[in-house]
Amino acid sequence: MSATPGPAEMPSPVPAAPPAREVAVVAFAQSRHTRDTAEISEAELLLPVLQDALGQAGLRAGEIDFTCSGSSDYLAGRAFSFTMALDSVGAWPPIAESHVETDGAWALYEAWVKLLTGDAGTALVYAYGKSSSGEVRDVLSRQLDPYYVAPLWPDSVALAALQAQALIDAGATDEAALAGVAARSRADAAAGPHARPTGPVPHGPYVVRPLRTGDCPPVTDGAAAVVLAAGDTARRLCDRPAWIRGMDHRTEAHALGVRDLTDSPSTRLAAERAGAFERPVDTAELHAPFTSQEVILRRALRLADGVRINPSGGALAANPMMATGLVRIGEAARRIREGASRRALAHATSGPCLQQNLVAVLEGDPR
Amino acid sequence: MPPISGTPEALSAPLVVEFPFTRSLGPVQSAFLTGLRERTVLGVRTTDGRVLVPPVEYDPVTAEEIRDLVEVGTTGTVTTWAWNPAPRRGQPLATPFAWVLVRLDGADTALLHALDAAGPDAVRTGMRVRVRWAGERTGAITDIACFEPYEGGAAAGETTPHSDEAGEQNPHSGETGAPARHSDSIREPAPHRGETREPAPHRGEAREPVPHSGEFADPVTGITAPARLDYTYAPGRAQSRYLAALAERRTVGERCPSCRKVYVPPRGACPTCGVATRDQVEVGPNGTVTTFCIVNIKAKNLDIEVPYVYAHIALDGADLALHARIGGIPYDEVRMGLRVEPVWRDGSRYPDHYRPTGEPDADYDSYKELI
Repeated sequence: MSATPGPAEMPSPVPAAPPAREVAVVAFAQSRHTRDTAEISEAELLLPVLQDALGQAGLRAGEIDFTCSGSSDYLAGRAFSFTMALDSVGAWPPIAESHVETDGAWALYEAWVKLLTGDAGTALVYAYGKSSSGEVRDVLSRQLDPYYVAPLWPDSVALAALQAQALIDAGATDEAALAGVAARSRADAAAGPHARPTGPVPHGPYVVRPLRTGDCPPVTDGAAAVVLAAGDTARRLCDRPAWIRGMDHRTEAHALGVRDLTDSPSTRLAAERAGAFERPVDTAELHAPFTSQEVILRRALRLADGVRINPSGGALAANPMMATGLVRIGEAARRIREGASRRALAHATSGPCLQQNLVAVLEGDPR
Repeated sequence: MPPISGTPEALSAPLVVEFPFTRSLGPVQSAFLTGLRERTVLGVRTTDGRVLVPPVEYDPVTAEEIRDLVEVGTTGTVTTWAWNPAPRRGQPLATPFAWVLVRLDGADTALLHALDAAGPDAVRTGMRVRVRWAGERTGAITDIACFEPYEGGAAAGETTPHSDEAGEQNPHSGETGAPARHSDSIREPAPHRGETREPAPHRGEAREPVPHSGEFADPVTGITAPARLDYTYAPGRAQSRYLAALAERRTVGERCPSCRKVYVPPRGACPTCGVATRDQVEVGPNGTVTTFCIVNIKAKNLDIEVPYVYAHIALDGADLALHARIGGIPYDEVRMGLRVEPVWRDGSRYPDHYRPTGEPDADYDSYKELI
């Protein structure tokens, strides 16, 4: 891939000043994502995941400087639902805690900033979602413009299908290529323990044409947790920290009709500001709940053919809402910690048709 | 109390969250929605000359305030579509239909709505459509019942300046808000490019945007948007055990393996230590009032005479106070340390209230940690 920064049309990039502190992912854990976790509460879903992440870092609950979570009341169907999940954190003596009402990737961003400022040396970031509680296609329609769009109840698959058709009309992909994305994702996922469904699945009938069941993410319950640490603390807690070299997030206009649905300029700008284009990456964990969105993201990020895309299987294999983006960062970090990647890009999205996008660049120490 | 064995099945129950959201409208939204009631579609012109339909009050690219209303056509062109074989609750049509983004004639951006068409083979990007108005219109986006195919011809200018750009395919057209004309050209279906796909423009039918005051008699200033979501609430293992025991008029807490405290009601985790609680412990039925308040205002639909007392009650054996109403004693005689017991009503799944047991008051030292 090109080593030059963003395209000429971009505003001239402000060179990012080197971060005052180095911050790394030192631990990552996730649940065994499933279709339905009706037998357990959110706190019960989270507990083993938090214990796993803290255990990897060799930390106990009281030793974390800052805690930040991502979740959504609309998934739970209850106001202030994140407060109940706090039971699984261990909040006595009082802790420094925050919450974002979106994907946990944005909670990680907040924690990263907190560590960069020097206010904290370690952070616990977690996210969870029980999509099984409601009809997630309808639930997501409540995040749309309440005057012009939400009264029509367009569901999340319908909006993604409009985007996919625009992409097909533009000649950027076709249904066979989309089926290929689905097949590759689910084959990769079968190698790991966290995906659902496991193994190859039939591409299936249209849900909303041109998207078939195989083009859509499985309804998933799950949770994830990441431990961040700064500088020497990270080196002490982890033998190969996944250093966050840069991170940025951008958003686009809310109204779908004013956006170019075939492109993701916010992803490209976030990537540029995160330093993604400074050197090639070898791995990209892309938060693309729909096959067509992977095509858009690959183009927006100008990923070369040799880049390993979603070795975890991505959101097509498991889509624990509000945790899926955080899982992408965790999976990219895991590849680095295991030595399978030297420089990885992680992406998270939120909102209809890739409205908001976050990009993080992670690297291991040279070996 | 001895630990209790046995794990009842996890409970679940339907939960409906329903709200009639009442929203006020700004000047632009008010004009647009009132216009729909009057079968007039309004857009707003940005300072760089683009016409946004539906209109917004602030430019999505520059965030400039914009108020320059124009009237656009009720016919337009599909810029992308998706066939919906199984309509869901609340969607515009109950029979299979296409979701469409439609660029109305005179507009530079597209409106989301439904297209009533015979089947997916009857829909394509670039097809001409027109508004089908709802019979009863109130000033809402649903005043457009849907779109329907329209054979009357193309918009003026459809084949002129835009078509020059159609071949550019610049994937980087746009920053945080894509210029609409570029994006629209990218949305044109590739196979149609360069073909004589559009009939000659029928300029008489197409509309250029016409300035509009936005003023109507009896303007719509607000909308009521009902929202309903259906959930299945599942309280999880710990709370299921608690509720199942309560149905037998027993109160069950869980002990933290680390700090040994007994939590009632339990939620499966020790909120202090952040570890799972598994050992179940029966507590109560009697308890001690640790603190209380006197309620003087009657809540809507509440069949309890005011004033009454609401209290924190530490059940015997519990390390966390739960809250309940105190009855069977004048409100001004309730006190910290009062010993109470639950009162059950027939068929009730939880105590209706707590009343004095007649025991001597508890020593302050015995419950001060629970306040």
